[in-house]
Amino acid sequence: MVATQILPFAMVILILFGLALDADSRTLRDLAPGLFWVATLFASVLAIQRSVAVETVSSTFEALRLSGAPAWKLFAGKALAVALQLLAIEAVLALGIIVLYRSSFEDPVLVVTAALAATVAIASAGSLYGVLAVGMGVRDTILPMLLLPIMMPVLVGATRAFGDGLGTAALDGWTWTGLLALLAVIYATVGALAYAVVIEDT
Amino acid sequence: MEYAVEVHDAVVLLDRFPALAGLSLRLRTGSVTLVQGPNGAGKTTLLRMLAGLAPLERGSAIVLGNDVVTQQRQVRASVGLLSPQTMLYDDLTIAENLSFWTTLAGYGDVDMGAALERVSMAPFADQQVVTLSTGQRRRAAIAVVAIRRPRLWLLDEPHAGLDQAGRDIVDGLIADAVAAGATVVVASHELDRVRPLATHVATVAGGVVHAFETVGDPGLTADDDAAGGADSA
Repeated sequence: MVATQILPFAMVILILFGLALDADSRTLRDLAPGLFWVATLFASVLAIQRSVAVETVSSTFEALRLSGAPAWKLFAGKALAVALQLLAIEAVLALGIIVLYRSSFEDPVLVVTAALAATVAIASAGSLYGVLAVGMGVRDTILPMLLLPIMMPVLVGATRAFGDGLGTAALDGWTWTGLLALLAVIYATVGALAYAVVIEDT
Repeated sequence: MEYAVEVHDAVVLLDRFPALAGLSLRLRTGSVTLVQGPNGAGKTTLLRMLAGLAPLERGSAIVLGNDVVTQQRQVRASVGLLSPQTMLYDDLTIAENLSFWTTLAGYGDVDMGAALERVSMAPFADQQVVTLSTGQRRRAAIAVVAIRRPRLWLLDEPHAGLDQAGRDIVDGLIADAVAAGATVVVASHELDRVRPLATHVATVAGGVVHAFETVGDPGLTADDDAAGGADSA
């Protein structure tokens, strides 16, 4: 699913941005951090929708509830699965912005650290809101509306951190990475605590 | 424990519809109860409520000594629910599904080969569930329930989609479960198939038990009729 659907979708977004901005390499390079994370967020919505859909096809959500496993472990498993998919997508998107936008990684440690923190935040919030959307019964349309506003701080922080890491903006990327890490902790904690309640409404 | 299940005036709402409308029922440990009734009677909702999946709006239900409201985890850990849905991951193989669900439930050391042999699905262990027929998926789902050796079996139309051999397997598993001390509740429209296996029959309609009778076991007394179907008293 990641290789055949989500990844091509993310790459198409990068290419469309490039076309829309008329392939001005200076502009694309400067905008690469934001474009990277917008593509990642759109891809994350697909990944999270898939993560939830796989549990509703054969009522495996109910089997998860029946298993007796603690809800926080179920949450951690779902979030980890989404995070791993997103990391794979981000790795390919990173190659994409290098090739398509002529980006360069001035501070790869900063870039990787920011990406990890942002990914944990996205996966945690997405795993919680994905189940919440199922409980509301209209998940395909409601999930982006629920998730994307929550992701705005992550988008801002990750774009700023990447701006420093890719050398396109004179910012303190590590401060923004610290914010991302804080968001990751908050979203993961809230998700682990709330999952037990939310999963009962699916 | 004399009674594996004690339900008193249970009300379960699906949206705002009372799927169970004050149902009362008591089932003895080691019994096999056929739950029969028309479509929409509340049979499936009853099983889901006993599994701790359908929340009680009013009333009480004690399953294997645990309150379904306050001791949900203990209830779920003790029951095995065979649902109309397979509750299996289509993209995984049967063996992977068995491994996943037993590990998640904390059953570390189980003989998956024997479980698959029991339902005659061993040759298909490495096939993805999505490639299986309806009956094969049903057998795989039965294996997942059986491998946990639950103390309360909740079987919703267990013979549906199965060929004659598969139906015989289900009957054998029910007999084995009772022999091992478990209690079995079977919701089914196949009365001719299930009634010979049952010790009791509960007739459900409109979300309540209209009749409860003892069948099969001459050792059981009329007190069982009174104990089981409080709604019909």
